[in-house]
Amino acid sequence: MSEVLLSARGCSYVYPDGGFRLDDVSLDVHAGEVLALVGPNGSGKSTLVRVMSGFYTPDGGMVLLDGRPIHRMPRRKLARELAFLPQEIPAAFRFSVREVVAMGRFPYQSAFGFVSAEDAAVVQQVMEETGTTGLADRVFSTLSGGEKQRVLVAGVLAQQPRVVLLDEPTAALDIHHQADVLDLLWRLSRKGIGVVTVTHDLNAASQFCDRLALLSRGRLVRVGRPAEVIDQDLLCNAYGADVRVLENPLTAGPLVLVPGEAAHESR
Amino acid sequence: MSRDRGHVTARALVLSLLGGLALWVVVGAGCLFFGQVPLAAGQVVRVLTGGEAPSVTAGIVLTQRMPRVLLALLVGGGLAVAGAAFQALLRNPLATPHTLGISAGGALGAVAALAFGLPAPSLGPLGPVQFFGLLGALVNVGIIYMLARSRRAISPLKLLLAGVTLSLICSALILFVRFVSDPHLLVMVDRWLMGGLDVQGFGGVASVLPLLLPALALMGLEANAMNQLALGEELAVGRGVSVGALQTEVFLAGSVLTAGVVSVAGPIGFVGLIIPHAVRGLAGPDHRLLLPLCLFGGGAFLAVADTVARSAFAPTEMPVGVLTAMLGGPFFLLILVTRLGEM
Repeated sequence: MSEVLLSARGCSYVYPDGGFRLDDVSLDVHAGEVLALVGPNGSGKSTLVRVMSGFYTPDGGMVLLDGRPIHRMPRRKLARELAFLPQEIPAAFRFSVREVVAMGRFPYQSAFGFVSAEDAAVVQQVMEETGTTGLADRVFSTLSGGEKQRVLVAGVLAQQPRVVLLDEPTAALDIHHQADVLDLLWRLSRKGIGVVTVTHDLNAASQFCDRLALLSRGRLVRVGRPAEVIDQDLLCNAYGADVRVLENPLTAGPLVLVPGEAAHESR
Repeated sequence: MSRDRGHVTARALVLSLLGGLALWVVVGAGCLFFGQVPLAAGQVVRVLTGGEAPSVTAGIVLTQRMPRVLLALLVGGGLAVAGAAFQALLRNPLATPHTLGISAGGALGAVAALAFGLPAPSLGPLGPVQFFGLLGALVNVGIIYMLARSRRAISPLKLLLAGVTLSLICSALILFVRFVSDPHLLVMVDRWLMGGLDVQGFGGVASVLPLLLPALALMGLEANAMNQLALGEELAVGRGVSVGALQTEVFLAGSVLTAGVVSVAGPIGFVGLIIPHAVRGLAGPDHRLLLPLCLFGGGAFLAVADTVARSAFAPTEMPVGVLTAMLGGPFFLLILVTRLGEM
């Protein structure tokens, strides 16, 4: 497989209140792949992505970018190589879309942050890539959920990172916009960027991602291609639910369904 | 301005600074022509250009009106910048310099000094009332900071709750001080609490500048990083902002501005709300333009408001705090009803 960009080595993290711990997780992210972190609520997906982005410092283990521990790198330098899009983004004040995307240039700017010709060119380019050029002069806080997410991805790309980590980028989107954003991530990965995304949607993950990492109760249960991870017994165990795996007629990949009580009733 | 491109350029900044300075000169000079005592415009011009003028006239223009106008420019500018800073920090367009309880601490200190005649060490131009006002404000800054900081950063919600609570506690203590103090002194206490610029000479200006200048310089340097707070602390960290340090700097700089101006002018309200809001409407929310334009706009606004307040009710002078409070309440409601959703 291609070059390892980002690597979690035996990472543990305990929240200050001691309520949840991430336990000894090791995971590699390769250049040019989309890796989905999946698992039930409270399994540690968001915690892991925060540790791997440098937002949380692990209590044990370390995160390496090209073999260098990221928690010892200067923050701005790290931000030029690794970008993180958190799940909840407030939108205070009436910043325009172009301004929001240009904020992604922060790690390259000097103290006062005047926008250089190079900054402007990068902003223009990432807006074209994400199909947000037409929104440039709109006020960010007035956009729809799908538009906002594309603009935020553009802002993250303006950092020109080699690895992008996203925490549930499609959580609030309808199926059309979800596919839009996942397609966008897939295209980025083909350019050599390593993409890590947290998602709840196992079917979308199987369809759009190269590899899946299944977490349960703070531990990494299995990593591999969708067909290796989407296993009926494994998922039943991890989610503590009656999960069925069928064949997806569209892709011949796995299709995950949870029958629930209603399905039993209608039989 | 460069709003159409969505990027702040050096040219836009220089133009804004020059325009702002020109506004201060024009408004500041204009305000010297009005006051409680009517003076002929020609006489004021003669005083300002160093020509022959009666010494009484020269005294009124140079030692009464001029320091007062200068102080209004600094106090109004300081309040507007502090308001914009706290709004960025709390990510809330309705925050003001008085939201976080720093003014209330200053008021408690000043009121106690007035009511009990507290003696103060002699510190340059600082009188006892101003000294204890500053002390009270800075004590609250310390308490709020200790309450709101956590392992990683300052929590905006905790900051807001701590500030509002401390504000209420100080208000209660002010009531207590008023209750136990000599009724004859209550007039002075009330007058101080209205907020005004009733100073003689340049002592007020001299005592405020050492606090204002470093705080303004620090905020100017962090203006670009402050923009990043609008999209949340987590994303800002991912961009390479040292969020905890930034929040501390913005909080301390805004607090020192507030403490400085409140100690000399009392709790003048609403400048810190109206001006940032108006400037955002004109020049956009980017702090690199917002902060300098707030400094100049807030100063010019307060200088005009103070001139109106001290001229309109001649032969008495109305404290400018009364006027801004009367303007501010309805304005606050207007924002609440019409624009809150889009800010």
